[in-house]
Amino acid sequence: MIDDRTVAHVARLSRLELSDDERERFRAQLGSILEHFQSLLALDLAGEAPPGDLSPLAGNGRLDAHASEITNVLREDTVQPCLPLEDVLANAPASEDGCFVVPPVIEGE
Amino acid sequence: MASRSLADCTAWELRDLYARGEASPSEAVRAVLDRIDAVDPALHAYLYVDREAALLDAARWDGRAGRDDAPPLAGIPVALKDNICTRGWPTTAGSRMLEGFRPPYDATVTVRLREAGAVLLGKTNCDEFAMGSSTENSGFGPTHNPWDLARVPGGSSGGSAAAVAAGAATLALGSDTGGSIRQPGAHCGVVALKTTYGRVSRYGLIAFASSLDQIGPFARDVRDAALLLGVIAGHDPADSTSAPRPVPAYAGGLTGEVRGLRIGLVREFFGEGIAPGVADAVRAAAGVLAGLGATCDEVSLPHAAYAMPAYYIIAPAEASSNLARYAGVQYGHRTEHAEDLYTLYARTRREGFGAEVKRRIMLGTFALSSGYYDAYYLRAQRVRTLIRREFAAALERFDLLLGPVAPTTAFRIGEKAEDPLQMYLSDVYTIPVNLAGVPGISVPCGFAGGLPVGLQLIGRAFDEAAVFNAAFAYEQATPHHTARPPLAASPPSSWDSPRAGGSRA
Repeated sequence: MIDDRTVAHVARLSRLELSDDERERFRAQLGSILEHFQSLLALDLAGEAPPGDLSPLAGNGRLDAHASEITNVLREDTVQPCLPLEDVLANAPASEDGCFVVPPVIEGE
Repeated sequence: MASRSLADCTAWELRDLYARGEASPSEAVRAVLDRIDAVDPALHAYLYVDREAALLDAARWDGRAGRDDAPPLAGIPVALKDNICTRGWPTTAGSRMLEGFRPPYDATVTVRLREAGAVLLGKTNCDEFAMGSSTENSGFGPTHNPWDLARVPGGSSGGSAAAVAAGAATLALGSDTGGSIRQPGAHCGVVALKTTYGRVSRYGLIAFASSLDQIGPFARDVRDAALLLGVIAGHDPADSTSAPRPVPAYAGGLTGEVRGLRIGLVREFFGEGIAPGVADAVRAAAGVLAGLGATCDEVSLPHAAYAMPAYYIIAPAEASSNLARYAGVQYGHRTEHAEDLYTLYARTRREGFGAEVKRRIMLGTFALSSGYYDAYYLRAQRVRTLIRREFAAALERFDLLLGPVAPTTAFRIGEKAEDPLQMYLSDVYTIPVNLAGVPGISVPCGFAGGLPVGLQLIGRAFDEAAVFNAAFAYEQATPHHTARPPLAASPPSSWDSPRAGGSRA
C-alpha cells in the first residue's frame, strides 16, 4: 500500500529530507500503521456527517456544538500592542534590518 | 506534619502552614529545590530549573502568603511542561529543533499562575512536541518513573507527572492531546486532569493538534488539582476556542457526596488487552463508589475501538500543518548546509526533528494528500462525530463514565520504542475522551505489581466540578493517593523524614 514512490512524494510534501534508512523504516512502519487502520475503512458511515469545520489549522478547530458552542469569534478592529521587533527577531537564526534572512527564493540572475 | 518535608506537603497544606506562620514560601521552595537536586539526577523530570528566580519569587511572598487577601497560589511551587511558553526561560517542547529558544511572551496559563502568586520552578521534560506515551521521545533523554527507575513515567507529560509524584514540584501543568496528562498521571500515581476542550486557554501552548490540545493540572490530591484548575481556567481573548463561560469554585464545591450519582462502567474499556491487575483495581474502585451510594451500571460505547485509528489520522494531520513553522527561519534550529530555500526547510527539519515527529508529519501529510484525503481524513472526522455522539448519549444516561486510564501499568524503558503501533495502543482508553472533547481525570486507585494504577472518571462537557467531586469522594474513602514512591520516601539524612511508607498494596 505504501511504496517507495509514495514515501518520497509524502516526504517532499512534508519538506522532510530522509536518509535511506529512514525512508525504508517509514515505508514499513507507515504501512503497518495504515494496515491497522483498515478497520476504519470498513466501517459503514453512511449518514455520518463530518464535524462542522474541517480545518485542521491552528485556532480553527471548531467542531460540532456539544463541547464547543462558539463559532465565529470577532472583535473590534482596533490597534493593539504587539511584541517589540527586536524581541521577535532575537530567536531568528539570521536576521538583518528588521527582517528574517533566507536563501534566494527566486532563481536566475 | 512537622516530621514531613515541606516538599511532600500539598498546596492546601502549605497554605495552612503559611497562614499559621509555621512555614514560609522560602522554606517550602527551598525544600522542593533540594528535592529536585536530590532526585532529578535519577529522574530527569526537568529540562530547566531556575533556582535563583524561584527563591527570589518565594521571598516576595514571605510574610504575605498567609494573609487572607493573598492570591490562591501565593508561594506555592509549580512546574510547567516545556511546551508552555515562559518569557525568557527556555521552551523547547522536548525538541532539539527549539534548543535555545526563549519565547518573547508568556502563555496565558503562565500569566495566570504568576498573577495567582505561584512560584515557578522550571520546565519539565516531555515527548518531543508532546508526541508520545513514554517521554522517551524527548530530544534531551527520557524521564524515569519514580516508582521504578527502569520504567517510563508515561507521556507525553512524563516530567510533570514524575516531578509531582517525587515531591520535586507541589503542582505542575501538562498538556493532553490523546492522554498525555492522564496516562503519565496514572503511571506515576498522581491526580491528573484533561479538561473540556475550551476550558483552558491554549495561547502560548506550542501547538500539536489544535482541535484536541488542552492544558491541565497535576497534583498529589484532588483538592490541589481543583485549586490549580480554578486559577488557569476561563475565557481568554487570545484564544478564540476558549469558552466564554464562568469558572465554578472547583475546590470550594467539593462535598464528597456521591449518593444517587449514576456511574457508567464503559464495557469496551475492560476488554482484550487490559492487564488483569489493572482491571481488578479499577473494578474495586467502582465498588468503593457504589459503597458510597453511587449506582454503577455497564454502558457501551460501541465505536470506542475506532477512536485510536481516527485519532492517529486527525492528530498527525493537524500536526503536519502546525509543525510546518519549524523551517529554520523564525526561530529554532537552522541547517548550516543549504544553498536554496527548499533544502533549507527540508534539511533543517531532517536535523531538528526526532523519529516520532517525522513519522507523524509523514502520516498526517499522507492522510491530507490528494487521493487519500476522503478515504482517511474525512472518514476519521466522521468517526469523530460518531464517537462524540456516543459519549453525549452515554452521558445523558449517566452522570459520569468510569474505566481505566491505561491498559497496563508503566512499561519498561525501551520496551515499545521500536514499535510505534504498540506505543499508540497505550492510549486506547484516553484518546476517545479527547475526540469527544469532554473532561477526564486520572485518580490513583491502587497498585498492580507494585506500580500505580489510574482510575479514569469522565464527565459531561464543562462539568469538571462533577468529575472532581466523585474523584474527591473516592479519595476520601481510600488511602492510595497518600502513597509516595520510594525515591521520595527514602531521602538523605539531611531531610526531614516524610511520613513513613504510605500504603503500597
